[in-house]
Amino acid sequence: MIFATVLAGILIIVGSVFALAAAVGLVRFPDVYSRMHAASKAGTMGSGLMMIALALIADDVATATRAAAGVVFFILTAPVAAHLVAKAAYAVGYRMWEGSVVDEMADGEGR
Amino acid sequence: MSAAAAFLDFAVLVSLALLTVTFALAVGRVVIGPTLPDRIVALDMLVGAAIGYIAVIGVRTGYSLYLDIAIALGLVGFLATVAFARFVMERGRTEQDRRKALSGKEAS
Amino acid sequence: MKLFIVNVLLAIAWVAVTGSFSELDLVVGFVLGMFALWLIREQVGTAGYIDRSRRVVVLALVFLWELTMSAIRVLVMVSAPRLVMRPGIIAYPLKVDRDFEITMLANLITLTPGTLSVDVSHDRRHLFIHTLDASDPDGLKQSIADGFERKIMEAFR
Repeated sequence: MIFATVLAGILIIVGSVFALAAAVGLVRFPDVYSRMHAASKAGTMGSGLMMIALALIADDVATATRAAAGVVFFILTAPVAAHLVAKAAYAVGYRMWEGSVVDEMADGEGR
Repeated sequence: MSAAAAFLDFAVLVSLALLTVTFALAVGRVVIGPTLPDRIVALDMLVGAAIGYIAVIGVRTGYSLYLDIAIALGLVGFLATVAFARFVMERGRTEQDRRKALSGKEAS
Repeated sequence: MKLFIVNVLLAIAWVAVTGSFSELDLVVGFVLGMFALWLIREQVGTAGYIDRSRRVVVLALVFLWELTMSAIRVLVMVSAPRLVMRPGIIAYPLKVDRDFEITMLANLITLTPGTLSVDVSHDRRHLFIHTLDASDPDGLKQSIADGFERKIMEAFR
């Protein structure tokens, strides 16, 4: 019980650090595609860890399975959402940052 | 036991503070943009931060019901992002295009 | 697939026999059912099924590990005083061709360090990937081909 409490405390701190990293990335990165990297990875990680902490505190099986289902749901939907926004942004013609080194999509279709 | 509970209280305070900064930064990105997809990504991030808030409050109060709210919010956030992506696709013009069209009209 | 249904039926049978219906009992029943199928693998040819389930579990673990690593990498990147980025979009030639596998691969790629899948070409031969470090496109393609794509093919073929 003590172990679960301490672990939940550590998980919510680590989770919020990841969420903060995602937000800092959102502000610092130069273009929309790079910002998506920060939001989709660190953001998912952050909210997932905090959900797991909530499941640990609740300590009954029904809640734990629901939390696991929720985390799986987040992990499955986050890349789909990022992918849809990236695809829409690229198809409509939002340009990448000037410092980008290569664009192998430009000479294919997709435009 | 009380030491662990005290640590949990401390952890809740720390993560609430960090999440508040997260929220403020994401709101900043929503405000300054500069493009629509930037704002969509930032709104998605806001939903993530809100889920974090709900989870932390759930840890603090011990209500496991908050878990369902967090899952529902995640679902709504995902659907909103998908709808926004479709909107970007349907609208079809970027801010740069629009500015160009506007300045062209003024020049003529 | 048929064996999976048999396994689920065995799990339900376990729950019915023990008389307590909870998620944990269902999981225990599933594991026991898998063990029973493993015992008679010579007779009904379940060796492939067991092997495949093991690979799916390995794939899920790899996925979680990569997600953790990429979140840590974002953390390191944003806390660096100067941003060192060479972003770009590369075209990755796909070897997998089924919709399900392409979806899996695209999702895995999005959640791994520094890469994000943007689009699939219309002929479904290339996956366009945005990466934060495009200084070595060929090396990146090679690492995806040897890593995820091979693991997906092992798990689902």
